[in-house]
Amino acid sequence: MIDAAVTGLSWILLAAGAFYYFVGALGLVRMPDVFTRMHAGSIGDTAGAGLMLAGMMVVAGFSLVSVKLIVILVIILFTSPITTHALAQAALHAGVEPLLAGKGKRASAGPKAPVRKRTASKTRRRAPSRKAREATR
Amino acid sequence: MMFAAAALAVLAALGLAVVRALRGPTVFDRVLAGNYVGVGAILLLALVGFITDRPEFLDIGILYGLLNIISTLAVLKYWRYGDLSHGGDEEPPAT
Repeated sequence: MIDAAVTGLSWILLAAGAFYYFVGALGLVRMPDVFTRMHAGSIGDTAGAGLMLAGMMVVAGFSLVSVKLIVILVIILFTSPITTHALAQAALHAGVEPLLAGKGKRASAGPKAPVRKRTASKTRRRAPSRKAREATR
Repeated sequence: MMFAAAALAVLAALGLAVVRALRGPTVFDRVLAGNYVGVGAILLLALVGFITDRPEFLDIGILYGLLNIISTLAVLKYWRYGDLSHGGDEEPPAT
């Protein structure tokens, strides 16, 4: 009885974690710019990894294995936001603009307001040249 | 069985992350995908440890977790200053 409950619970947690991790990777591929991709990647880092490690903890029970799993979980939960923050700061510093930057102001100015066209060309999204980086300093 | 299924899902997700790392227009996309692959490697190590009944793999997972953030921050710092030994409060060197 307990055995079946433990198996079922770990199935549910592992399946949910794998689902979230896969969805995060899908967002990593499908999202339009760096900052939205960071958003999608955070889902996989927190919900995906957290649920999967929780599912493994249910199987392991109260043992040293569970302690190690908790250590891994704490490491991931601490480092993932730090990495995302550093990445966003570095991207902004390098001159990568968020896709929707300034869109709200134009929307309130009326429907006739010019909307800057965003092309998906390679040159638009490439890391800015050295000159552009110098200008931001 | 359930660990194998979860490991397969993680492998598929890692494939998608590698696609982003290869395609990513800016270096930050690649760094983000690399970080994602690092977390996936930790999960895969833990799952393989459970599949083969060898919990020693979890120690390697802890090590990978610590290496992951160091490598990511090192790449970002190198990209920004062009020099790993550069103090953050100084003026960037004239390149």
